[in-house]
Amino acid sequence: MDNSIATTEPLMPRETAVHEEHEHVFIPQHRHHFETEEQQREAGSFGMWLFLLTEIMFFGGLFFAYLLYRNWYYDAFVPASNQLSVPLGGANTAILITSGFFMALGVWAAEVRKRALLVLFLILTTVFGLAFLGIKYVEYHEKWEKHHIPGASFDISEFVNPPKDAAGKPTQHALPPDVAEKTQIFFFLYFAMTGMHALHMIIGIGLLVWLIARAQRGDFSSGYVAPIENFGLYWHFVDIVWLFLFPLLYLINRHPLQ
Amino acid sequence: MAHDTVHEHHYHDPANVTNPEHAEHHIVTPLQYGFVYIALLIGTLLTVLAADQNFGFMNPVIALAIACTKAVIVILFFMHVKYQSHLIKITVACGFFTFIVLVTMTLLDYISRAWGLW
Amino acid sequence: MSASSTTILNLPDQTTAAVPKRNYISAEHGLLSWLLTGDHKRIAMLYLISITFFFFIGGAFAGLIRLELLTPQPDLVASDTYNKFFTMHGVIMVFLFLVPSVPATLGNFLIPIMLGARDLAFPKINLLSWYLYLAGGTLTLAALVLGGVDTGWTFTTPLSTHYLNTHVVTTASAIFVAGFSSIFTGLNFIVTIHRMRCPGMTWFRMPLFVWSHYAASILMVLGTPVLAISLTLVGLERLIGIGVFDPNKGGDPLLFQHLFWFYSHPAVYIMILPGMGVISEVVSTFSRKRVFGYTAVAFSSVAIALFGFFVWEHHMFIMGVSNYSALVFSLLTMLVAVPSAIKIFNWAFTLQKGSITFETPMLYAFGFMGLFTIGGLTGVFLAALGMDIQLTETYFIVAHFHFVMVGGMLMAFLSGVHFWWPKMTGRMYPESLSKLAAVVTFIGFNLTFMPQFIVGYLGMPRRYHAYPPEYQVLNVLSTAGATVLGVGYMLPILYLAWSLKYGAIAGNNPWQATGLEWQIQSPPLTENFTEIPVMDHEAYDYEWLEHKTQNEVTTVG
Repeated sequence: MDNSIATTEPLMPRETAVHEEHEHVFIPQHRHHFETEEQQREAGSFGMWLFLLTEIMFFGGLFFAYLLYRNWYYDAFVPASNQLSVPLGGANTAILITSGFFMALGVWAAEVRKRALLVLFLILTTVFGLAFLGIKYVEYHEKWEKHHIPGASFDISEFVNPPKDAAGKPTQHALPPDVAEKTQIFFFLYFAMTGMHALHMIIGIGLLVWLIARAQRGDFSSGYVAPIENFGLYWHFVDIVWLFLFPLLYLINRHPLQ
Repeated sequence: MAHDTVHEHHYHDPANVTNPEHAEHHIVTPLQYGFVYIALLIGTLLTVLAADQNFGFMNPVIALAIACTKAVIVILFFMHVKYQSHLIKITVACGFFTFIVLVTMTLLDYISRAWGLW
Repeated sequence: MSASSTTILNLPDQTTAAVPKRNYISAEHGLLSWLLTGDHKRIAMLYLISITFFFFIGGAFAGLIRLELLTPQPDLVASDTYNKFFTMHGVIMVFLFLVPSVPATLGNFLIPIMLGARDLAFPKINLLSWYLYLAGGTLTLAALVLGGVDTGWTFTTPLSTHYLNTHVVTTASAIFVAGFSSIFTGLNFIVTIHRMRCPGMTWFRMPLFVWSHYAASILMVLGTPVLAISLTLVGLERLIGIGVFDPNKGGDPLLFQHLFWFYSHPAVYIMILPGMGVISEVVSTFSRKRVFGYTAVAFSSVAIALFGFFVWEHHMFIMGVSNYSALVFSLLTMLVAVPSAIKIFNWAFTLQKGSITFETPMLYAFGFMGLFTIGGLTGVFLAALGMDIQLTETYFIVAHFHFVMVGGMLMAFLSGVHFWWPKMTGRMYPESLSKLAAVVTFIGFNLTFMPQFIVGYLGMPRRYHAYPPEYQVLNVLSTAGATVLGVGYMLPILYLAWSLKYGAIAGNNPWQATGLEWQIQSPPLTENFTEIPVMDHEAYDYEWLEHKTQNEVTTVG
C-alpha cells in the first residue's frame, strides 16, 4: 500500500498497512497482551480519543454556563468583554496555532524517523506554548491591577462610570450598579475557562519536556511513534478549546455604542 | 524483547478482529500541514475583522462558524482523523453529539421559563 | 459429586482434586507484586476487598439512620449529625460501592477472559484506576473524620454553596478523584471490547455480560466529566464566592442541578447495567438455555445507555424548571423504561421451558428480577408529573431507588460474586449457608423497604430525622428489616472467607456453563490462556458444550 512520505528512507515491512500474518516484527516497546503492533497503536490512539471525549464533556459544562449567562446578562458581558485586549488575544491565538503546527510537524518527524527534527519541533512547540502562557500571565496581571478578579476585591466602578476617550465621549454605555455587578460573572467565566485551559497547557508542557528528553535519546525515531502521536492529539485538542474561547470571550461585541 | 511462542499464531483470522479495516498508515506531509496552518491563521484574521463590523445578530454566528471550521480542519488534518478508521471517526462524532445533547436539552428548560430573563 | 436433578453443580472428585499449582494468585509472591500488578485479575481482587470495606462503612451509616428513625422524636442525634449520616451513607454507597461494584471487580476479572484476550488494553491504567479509587475513598474518610458533610449526596445548591459550613470541598474532591477511577475503567473496557476480541469473536458472539459493560462504559466515559465540572464549580463557588450558583449575584442554582444530574442519572444506569449483565449469564446457566432474544438484550443495553442521557431533568421536576421542559423529560423518562422491561421479558422467556435449578446465584437472580421490576415500575409512577409532585422528596423515592439499587443491583452483585467465586478462587462456597443468606437478605430487604413505599405515599418526607407519630409502626418495621438485612450481608463475608481455605475444590466448570471463562482452569493462569482461543460457536451454545464434555476427562490439580 502506498504511503505518502517526503523522505528517501525505505519503509520497514511492519509499516505497511497490510496485515502480514507471518511476519510479526515487534518493536522493543511491544506489550505482550497485544497480538500486533497495529493493534497496540490503534488501541492507544482510540484510548486517547476516549480521554479527549471526557475533556469535551468537562469543558462542555463551562461552555454551557457561558451560553446561559451571556444571554441573561448580555448588557454586562459586552463592556466586560471589551476589557480584554483583542491584540493580545489574537496574538495568543496565532501563537497557539503555530505551536500546534510545530506539534503536527513533530509527529511527521517521528513517523519518518528524523530524530533531530523531532526534537527541534517539540522544542518549538514548547517555546510557543510558553509564549502563550506568558501573554496569559500579562493579561491576568492586568486584571489583578484593575480589580477585575472576581471575589471580595472586585471593583465595578469602571462599568458604572466608564472612562471617557480623548474627545470626552464615553467608551461604553454606563451600567446601573445592579447590572454592573453581573460583570463579575463574565470575569469568573473568563478566569475559569482560560484558567482551566491554561492548566491543561501547563500539564502539556510538562509532558513535552519529558517527551523532548526521551526523543533526544532516540526513543521515538525508530518506529515507536505512539506517545508523540497521542500527545499530539491532546495538544491539538487544547488548541481547539482556545479556538472557541477566543471569539466567545474576546469578541462579544466590539462596537457597543452603535 | 523475546519473540516467544505465544505470538507465533497459525490461525486464520476470519473475523479479522485484529485490524478490522486495515487502517492505512497515511503520513500527512509537512506541505499539507502548512496549508492547514495558513488556513487557520487566515481564519483567525477573518474572525477579528468580522468582529469589527456590525452584522447585528450574525456576529456571533459568523464567529462560531469560523471557529467550527477551524476546529474541523484541526481534527481532520492535524489530528489525522481523515485518515483513521471508521471507529475513530464515529468516536469523535459521539463526543460532539453528547456535548450537543447537554447544551440543547438543558436549553429546553431555560428557553421555556416564563419567569426567566431569556 | 455429579449433577443431579436438583442441582447442576458438578465438582471434581474431592479425594484427588487440588487447586492448580500455577495460577494468577500463586504466580508471584509479596505485597508489592499485588500493589504494582498489571494483571486484571489481581486488580479485580484488590477492588473486591476495597469496595467491601467501604460497603460496610456505608452500611453502618444506614444502621444509624434506621436507629434514629425507630422513634418519631429526634432523640438519638442532633439534626446536623443526622444529615451527615444520610449524606455519608449516600456518598459512600453510590460512588465508592455501587458504581465500581460489578465493573471493577467482576468486569475487570472476566472481560478479557470472556473475549479471549490476555489482559485489558491498558493494564497500567487499570492499576491507576484502583489507586484513584483508593485516593477518593481516603479523601472521603478524611472528610468523615474531620467532621463529615451534611449536604446530601446530591450537593444541592444553594445549600451546599452558601448555607453550610461542613467539609463540602473535601468530599467534592473525593468524588472528583473517584470519578476518574470510573472514567479510566470505562475507557479500558471500551478499547478492549472494540480491539482485543480473539479471532472468531464477533460482536454477536460475545456474552451479554460484555455488552452490558460496554454500554455502562460509554456512560462512564461521557457522563462522569460533567459531574467533575459541576463539583469543581461548587468548590470554586465556596472558595471564591464568584456567584455562578448564587441568585443574589445573578447565578442560577438550577444550573448546578442540570450539570449534576446530567451525570447522576446515567450513573444509575452505570450502576445497574453491569448487574443486568450478570443476571443474563446466571439465568442462562441455571435454566440450561440460551438467553432468549440475544440481539434484543444486547441492543437494549445500548438503548438504555443512549436514552439514559435524555432524562435527567426528572430529578428536578419540583425545583423550578419550566413546565414545558418537564413535560418533555417526563415523556422521555417513560420511554427509557422500555428497554429495561425488554430485558425482564427476555429473561422470563429464557426461563420458560428451561431446566431450572435454584443454586444461590439463581436465588439472587430471582430476587433481582422481582425486586427490580417493582422498583422499575415505581419509577414509572414517578415519571408522571402529577404523581411526582406528590411523591418526590418522600420515602417513596427512597424506597424506589433502594428497590432498584439494593433489591436489584446489590443482589446482582452477590449473584455474580457467588457465580464466579469458584472461577476466581478455585473454591466453592458452602451452598446451604449461602442459600440461607440469600433468603435472609430477601426477607430483610422486603421488610426494610416495602413499608417505605407506604410511609412515603402517606407523606413522610425523606432526609428528616423526626416524623409524625402515626408513621412509627411502619418505621419500626423498616428498622427491624434493616437488622435482618444486616445479618444477611454479614453471612457471605464469613463463609466466603471460610471457603478460601476449606471450600470444596471447584474445578474448571462447576456450573457446566458456556463461556470462555469456564473452559480454563480455576483460578486462571496469569496469562489466562495457554494459547489464544478461536471462537467458533455462538454464545450460550449448550449443544457445543455437550459435545465438548462428552469426550473430556477432567483432572484438576
